[in-house]
Amino acid sequence: MATYFDKKQVTRLLLQAVVTGGIIYTAYTLFLNTQANLAARNIASGFGFLSVEAGLPISNSLLPYTPSDSYGYAFLVGVINTLHVSFLGILAASAIGVLIGIARVSRNWLISNLAAVYVEILRNIPLLLLLFFAYGVVLAGLPHPRASLQPGWGAYLNNRGFYLPRPIFQDGFGWVAAMFGLTLVMAILLWRWAVGYHRRTGRYIPAGWLGCILIIGMPALTVWLTGTPLTWEKPVLRGFNFQGGMVLRPEFSALMIGLVLYTAAFIGENVRSGIQSVDAGQIDAARSFGVRPGIIMRRIVLPQALRVIVPATTNDYTSLVKNSSLAVAIGYPDMVSVGGTIIGQNDQAIEIIGMWMAVYLCINLIISTLMNWINARVQLTER
Amino acid sequence: MPDTRADADTVIELTGVNKWYGNFHVLKQIDLMVKRGERIVICGPSGSGKSTLIRCINGLERHQTGAIRVQGVKLTKRAKDLHAIRGQVGMVFQNFNLYPHMTILENVAFAPIWVNKMPLVKAQSQAMHHLARVQIQDQADKYPSQLSGGQQQRVAIARLLCMNCRIMLFDEPTSALDPEMIKEVLDVMVALAAEDITMICVTHEMGFARTVADRVIFMDGGEIVESNTPQELFEHPRYDRTQLFLSQIL
Amino acid sequence: MTACFSQTAQMPLIFQPRPALPPPKQSVGMIGWLRANLFSSWLDAGLTVMALFFLYRALPPLFSWAIWNAVWFGGPQSCAPGADGACWAFVADKFRVLMVGLYPASEIWRPLLGGVALIALALASALRIGSGKIRAALWVALPIPLYWLVNGGMGLSVVDQSLWGGLMLSIGLALAGIMCSLPIGILLALGRRSDIAVIKALCIGIIEPIRGVPLITILFMASVMLPLFLPVGLEINNLLRVQIGIILFSAAYMAEVVRGGLQAIPKGQYDAAKSIGLNYWKTTVLVVLPQALRHVIPSLIGRCIALFKDTSLVIIVGLLDFLGMVKASSQDPEWLGHDAEAYVFCALIYWVICFGMSRYGRSLERLRKKDGLDNA
Repeated sequence: MATYFDKKQVTRLLLQAVVTGGIIYTAYTLFLNTQANLAARNIASGFGFLSVEAGLPISNSLLPYTPSDSYGYAFLVGVINTLHVSFLGILAASAIGVLIGIARVSRNWLISNLAAVYVEILRNIPLLLLLFFAYGVVLAGLPHPRASLQPGWGAYLNNRGFYLPRPIFQDGFGWVAAMFGLTLVMAILLWRWAVGYHRRTGRYIPAGWLGCILIIGMPALTVWLTGTPLTWEKPVLRGFNFQGGMVLRPEFSALMIGLVLYTAAFIGENVRSGIQSVDAGQIDAARSFGVRPGIIMRRIVLPQALRVIVPATTNDYTSLVKNSSLAVAIGYPDMVSVGGTIIGQNDQAIEIIGMWMAVYLCINLIISTLMNWINARVQLTER
Repeated sequence: MPDTRADADTVIELTGVNKWYGNFHVLKQIDLMVKRGERIVICGPSGSGKSTLIRCINGLERHQTGAIRVQGVKLTKRAKDLHAIRGQVGMVFQNFNLYPHMTILENVAFAPIWVNKMPLVKAQSQAMHHLARVQIQDQADKYPSQLSGGQQQRVAIARLLCMNCRIMLFDEPTSALDPEMIKEVLDVMVALAAEDITMICVTHEMGFARTVADRVIFMDGGEIVESNTPQELFEHPRYDRTQLFLSQIL
Repeated sequence: MTACFSQTAQMPLIFQPRPALPPPKQSVGMIGWLRANLFSSWLDAGLTVMALFFLYRALPPLFSWAIWNAVWFGGPQSCAPGADGACWAFVADKFRVLMVGLYPASEIWRPLLGGVALIALALASALRIGSGKIRAALWVALPIPLYWLVNGGMGLSVVDQSLWGGLMLSIGLALAGIMCSLPIGILLALGRRSDIAVIKALCIGIIEPIRGVPLITILFMASVMLPLFLPVGLEINNLLRVQIGIILFSAAYMAEVVRGGLQAIPKGQYDAAKSIGLNYWKTTVLVVLPQALRHVIPSLIGRCIALFKDTSLVIIVGLLDFLGMVKASSQDPEWLGHDAEAYVFCALIYWVICFGMSRYGRSLERLRKKDGLDNA
């Protein structure tokens, strides 16, 4: 018996030693090879290049950037662009995805099947194809600036981009911003009071809707009362191009359209399977007591559906962030795009790829942690 | 055979009710009068339309022709009419249908809060009172999945009691239970029968029918074949179908 | 039981059941269906009207562009620029390069033969012709003769890999990716569940970083970084590097899917195997893996679909796969302005293949639920 145990333990120790040895040996060999190759090709090492002047033109940038800024700053601009696109993409894809999911379970045959067609088409074609189509056909197919589409409100859509009026905040706007903050706080307090009131007296006050009306209405009222301290700088056609206003470049728009429509299909399927996971018998039971459909949806279906929806959607969110890297194919300067250009210039692939991995892993960690927190709260209430 | 004339005491009245699922004629010309406080057991082979019938009575299913009146209110498609009767009519399901994400107490208090607009504290104390009536008050903070089938069904009954339902519909309440738990649920139902509650129960438990029922209705093929007191129906069935069915289950 | 009633009771009457009547006109047939499904309430009716309006604005122009006004045959001159019909002649003209890239025309019979074999096997799987085990064995064995056909050697002239492209390349990358990444993924999953700390850490250290970064970074790693890791002077061509990247990427995801399947195996299975004397590897291969894999077949097929779609990214590292050739052809100066037709065609082919795979996966899942037998 003693010998048997010893043999097993010895085998395991041996195995661990062999594997560890193998890893160390492989790592060391790779390291030596890499050093040799870098020397042979005259490629520099280390992160010194980050402070070298970039000379890269970057068309879309949230931060102020000129080609005389450093590589490091250029990369940062790329990272900010990635975050920007990911954040907006997650918001928009969630909103559309929820609508699609609800449409899928609708009793209306047309609506439910239209949503099904949407989902089945978008889930079975590559995202890159969608991006190429959006960029090369849809947006490039828009007319020249001189013949721009004008959907109204001073916006101009053409093949150079979407030109929109830019809001200019004048002095009085501080009051509006303050009022907005105030009504936000008020709405939250109102909601909490309404919950307590409902508990005490049984009377239900739609605090959600009231809060929304307040949040939109009060600042609007303030804008009107203070003599509209908000003007818009409209884009104006000068020669062949527009001046003024703000512009959404086709690269950004195409990336957003592709990412949002694609991810919304997957989120829609999650929402659908979440709603359908709720046993129909419970809805029967609630109906048989006379509970109104709105309450059934909010208090019975949704809490249970979210348990299925939240974990699955976490995957979709991290996928969206990773898919934003496809920006390199249509020229939007995200992190991969900028990094790829830098590699093209100085061949320091290892450092750049390392930086990519670090940033993506961080973003994923943040999203996973956030969603796990939400998930824990959603799962908490049973067991 | 259709029953007695309707009078002021009639709480449920079905006249000439027909229902189809697509092309399948599932309820054929149902005529039924139920008086206040009457206890009715509906039995019959599976597929005879028993569940469909009681689901029509509280509006979970729509009938196509004929009229259903509950406490004088005619059931139509309009939500107002349905809402008027649903607060009075409660249903106990074969699969209990408790809300798994709420505690037992919250389950029972849910409808009073959201339908009767009762304040939370009052609803919860009422819920505890009715949980005590079915002897399950010590489980009030547990979740349905932590209870046995028999306990869950008793909670479902407490749910109805808390809404002061004077008409209770039971759709095979013990069919999904293990044998040792059937008795505890039937005991609760027998205790209810002692109060002035109108009960319509679809079940195979003929012992319960004998003890409690004022009338037993035998359904087959979507129509009412026979309706009589339990004594008469079990011992002197009028039709061959009834006799065949009874011979299979008794 | 007949003891229920006394002997002197009357004989029971024969029951005359009522005949089943047809339902009222309003609730069945076309009108009934419309009322129930499209116009069941005011809101419903409003949505239906909106949807019909949308279809009315979208479908006829699409139909007239794609079919009615389209040009199906001819050369560049047949399609006037800015015409309101699709120029499918463009797709017809470019068909060969879209399918096989720059593969020499004289050897085209080779990928053609391979394609036919592939389609035949796919149809056999879809229609369930023949036994499941034979089909599975054929699928595993198929890539090797396919590779020989396309590449050459041993009797066939060698075709340089830089000439490979088009749909053939996409399918090739995907097939090889699936065939290689599944075994590696299984090993990684087993390793992650191992209780030997070093192996577990190694597997997690491989799986999690790969899953956390986009495929593009992996492709860049394979294409640009891998040559730096190799001994000086050893070069492997770009196609092989990209293939390795795809295999590694897919293996990490396959590992997670397999791990899910392994987690679903009840401990009783391990106990039973140990009690009849099976060691770790025999238990795993004979008892645990078959069940685990069967559990997750739908997810595995989902990964295969995702992999096939992901191969479209190789254009970014310089390979001209199907999407790449589509993009390249639309730059042809003779045929400018027909990007839309090319992309629509590309989308159609991708859609048919991916949708086919997903339907196959769903049918497998249905069958598995029915009888739990091996059905690949």
